[in-house]
Parts: sequence; structure tokens; C-alpha cells
Amino acid sequence: MNQVIFWGTRGSLPVSLSHRDIREKIVAALTAANGKTFKTRTALDEFVDKLPFSVAGTFGGNSSCVEIIGDSNDHFVCDMGSGARPLGQAKIARFGVPNPQTYHIFISHLHWDHLMGFPYFAPMYIPGNRIVVHGCHPDLEQAVRLQMQSPCFPVDYAMAGAKIEFDIMKPDETRYISGINVTPKRQMHAGDSYGYRFESLDRTVVYSTDSEHKLENPGEHAEFSQFFRKADLVIFDAMYSLAEAVSVKADWGHSSNIVGVELCQAAAVKRLALFHHEPVHDDRQLSRLVAETRRLEQITRGSRAPLEIISAYDGLTIDL
Amino acid sequence: MMNLPTREQAGVLIVSVSGRIDHITSEEFTKALDPLLDRCAQGHPSVLLDFSGVDYISSAGLRVLMMASRRAKGQKGVFAIAALQPLVQEVFAISRFNLIVPCYVSVETACKVLGS
Repeated sequence: MNQVIFWGTRGSLPVSLSHRDIREKIVAALTAANGKTFKTRTALDEFVDKLPFSVAGTFGGNSSCVEIIGDSNDHFVCDMGSGARPLGQAKIARFGVPNPQTYHIFISHLHWDHLMGFPYFAPMYIPGNRIVVHGCHPDLEQAVRLQMQSPCFPVDYAMAGAKIEFDIMKPDETRYISGINVTPKRQMHAGDSYGYRFESLDRTVVYSTDSEHKLENPGEHAEFSQFFRKADLVIFDAMYSLAEAVSVKADWGHSSNIVGVELCQAAAVKRLALFHHEPVHDDRQLSRLVAETRRLEQITRGSRAPLEIISAYDGLTIDL
Repeated sequence: MMNLPTREQAGVLIVSVSGRIDHITSEEFTKALDPLLDRCAQGHPSVLLDFSGVDYISSAGLRVLMMASRRAKGQKGVFAIAALQPLVQEVFAISRFNLIVPCYVSVETACKVLGS
């Protein structure tokens, strides 16, 4: 595995920037410029690159969809939230039609925000493509078909030109799929969710979203530390603050940045990506969250190797 | 069993907590707090945890505090924490626990507010 590309990072519901958000960013950028003039585009780009991410960029609003670039020609995708739409467009733009491709799609669970991009995933309409949908829910196929039938959607599932297969995996059983060992793990979420550990010869990525961690259960801590062990990257549901996750939002099926840091530290993980961002958080709040999480890692590190903390955003590509 | 020495000052039951409260010790911490929380009710002294000796607290430890605070509220008692070390205070702020459990800068300040 070489790279991970985040196509959708927002939790629960897609969001977009409002007119007011854009205006605030422009005002902040012009305030920072303080009357400066830029003679070249390069000088302007250099200035923009120095602005805070919450001013010059955005975390984005598509719901969960993450691509893992493996060593084979097959494509690996985690979840089909609304980020699957730009992913599909990028694949069509790159590979053209006809140019049959194989997509391995791993579904964490069947809630809408993790499936809603499927009908907009252009490769599914292209004859010759093969799409294998992997998951642990027995009713996986039924859920995918359900959202592509009247009155939910105008195009029926039967119109898909690609060959679509469903593969029901078993938790804790490792499967070798196109050069990658994939192990699902059951997680606490309404109706269950599943995390996936992807292992190639030299890299490990864990996708663990929509997963609540019960702090009163030390066995659970040990289990997830083992699931995350020595991963190069853990993509982690950090939707709530810890205080929310254990009080008013207990049993809502999500976790926090604090638990993410603790598990990754215990598992000697190299890099933690905060993921499944709370829809009500704006760019400034998410930037603050990642800064605080880095500080937490720093003050709790002890003698351990540093854990790199990033906050995933739509369009982010990271080298493993 | 975790040792939690207590003393009473200005009508407040002060509980000295020390060391690390993490996934390993949080259960012991829960058990040690339990009898003290029985008495954290209306008409009884406020319970104040003196955290000056705590140098680390994990999510599991924070959860114990949340459960204690919730139980005290249910019994119409007063439960608070004081004298957090700077790094522990940062953990409280990052986890937003400073918003759900009353925290005071020192035992003296807390006693002035909570004392009879």
C-alpha cells in the first residue's frame, strides 16, 4: 500500500460551506494581507500557503469515503458515503471508458451516510467494471438495493452496467484480497459496525469509524489496541469530545480524539487521522480540535515514540 | 484498594487523590470513591477531590469522575475537584470535562465557595 486518499470525511450528514463561511474566510485572508500587493501568482500562492488551514482551506463536507492505493491494479475503497461521487468521477477521468476496472469496496455498516454515494458512483454504470462489495452485515446487498429503487431513487439498481458482487466477511477472519490481507472487527454502533485492518507486506492501515469505546471495559481497550497494533495509519472516529461521548452522547456509537490518542499510543501506531467530523463543527473548530489533540499527544507521550496526528479533510492524499 | 485519605475543612469533605488514574487503576478508583459518594447528598458535606497529587488521568479516569458527578447530582449533593496540576488541567480542557465537572484552582478557593 502506498497512499490513502480521503474523498469524504464528514460524519453522519454531508455539509457544505455557507455564504457566510466563505465571506468570513475572504475577510480573514484580506485582513492577513493587510494591504499587501502580489506581483506574481507564485507570490500570491506563497501568501495563501501561510494562512491557517481554516482560512485558506476547508475540511469539506462529503460523508465517509476513503481510498487505499494498493500495489495491484485493483481499487480499494472504504465506505460509499457522498465522497464516492468525486471518487467515481476521478476514476472515470483517469481510466476512461471502456477500460474495465475492479473495485473492492469495504462497508463499515449500512447507515445511510456510508452508502448514499453508491448511486452516484459512476463506475457502477459502466459495463465491464467489476465491483465487489465486502462487508459483515448479512443484509448488505439488500441495503444497497433498497436505496436504488422507487421511490428512493430514479435509477433502479438493475440499471447498473458493472458486475456487482457481494462478499459477506466474518469478523476476526483475515482474507487475502488482491495483495492485501483484510481483517474485519466488530465495533459498537447501532446495528453494529465493522472496522477493517489492511495489511500489505510492509504497510498497515486501519479504518475504524462509527465505533464507540466503552471506557469501563478494560478488555475492550486491549482488543482495540491489538487491532490497531503498529499500524502506519489509523483512521479513527473522533466525532465528539470525550465529555460528550461519555455523557449526553453515550450510546450514540461514536468516539473522541482522546480515546483515539490513547488507543494509538497503546498500539504503537505511527499516524492517527481524526475522521468522521461532527457536521456542526466549522473549519475553525476542527482546526482547534487537531491542535488540541497534538498537544494531548505531546503531554501524554512519555517515553513512547511520537504519534503523528492529522485531521482528515476531503481531498487529502497521504503517503504511507 | 486505592487509598483516598480524607479530612474535613470548612464543612467540606476533602479527598486526597494521587498518582495515575488510567485504564488499570480506574476500577480501583471507582471502588475507593464509592463509600464517599454514598455520603455526597443533600444535607451532607460537599465532596471535594484534591487533585494536587494526580499527575496523569486517562479517559477511563475521567469517566469515573463523570459518573461520580452524575451520582452526586442525583442525590442533590455537591461534588467538585480542585488543585489540578497544569498538565492534568489541560487534559480536562481538551476533553471538555471542565465543562461538566466543577473545577477550582485550589482547595482553599473551593472551600470558600462550597463551605458552610
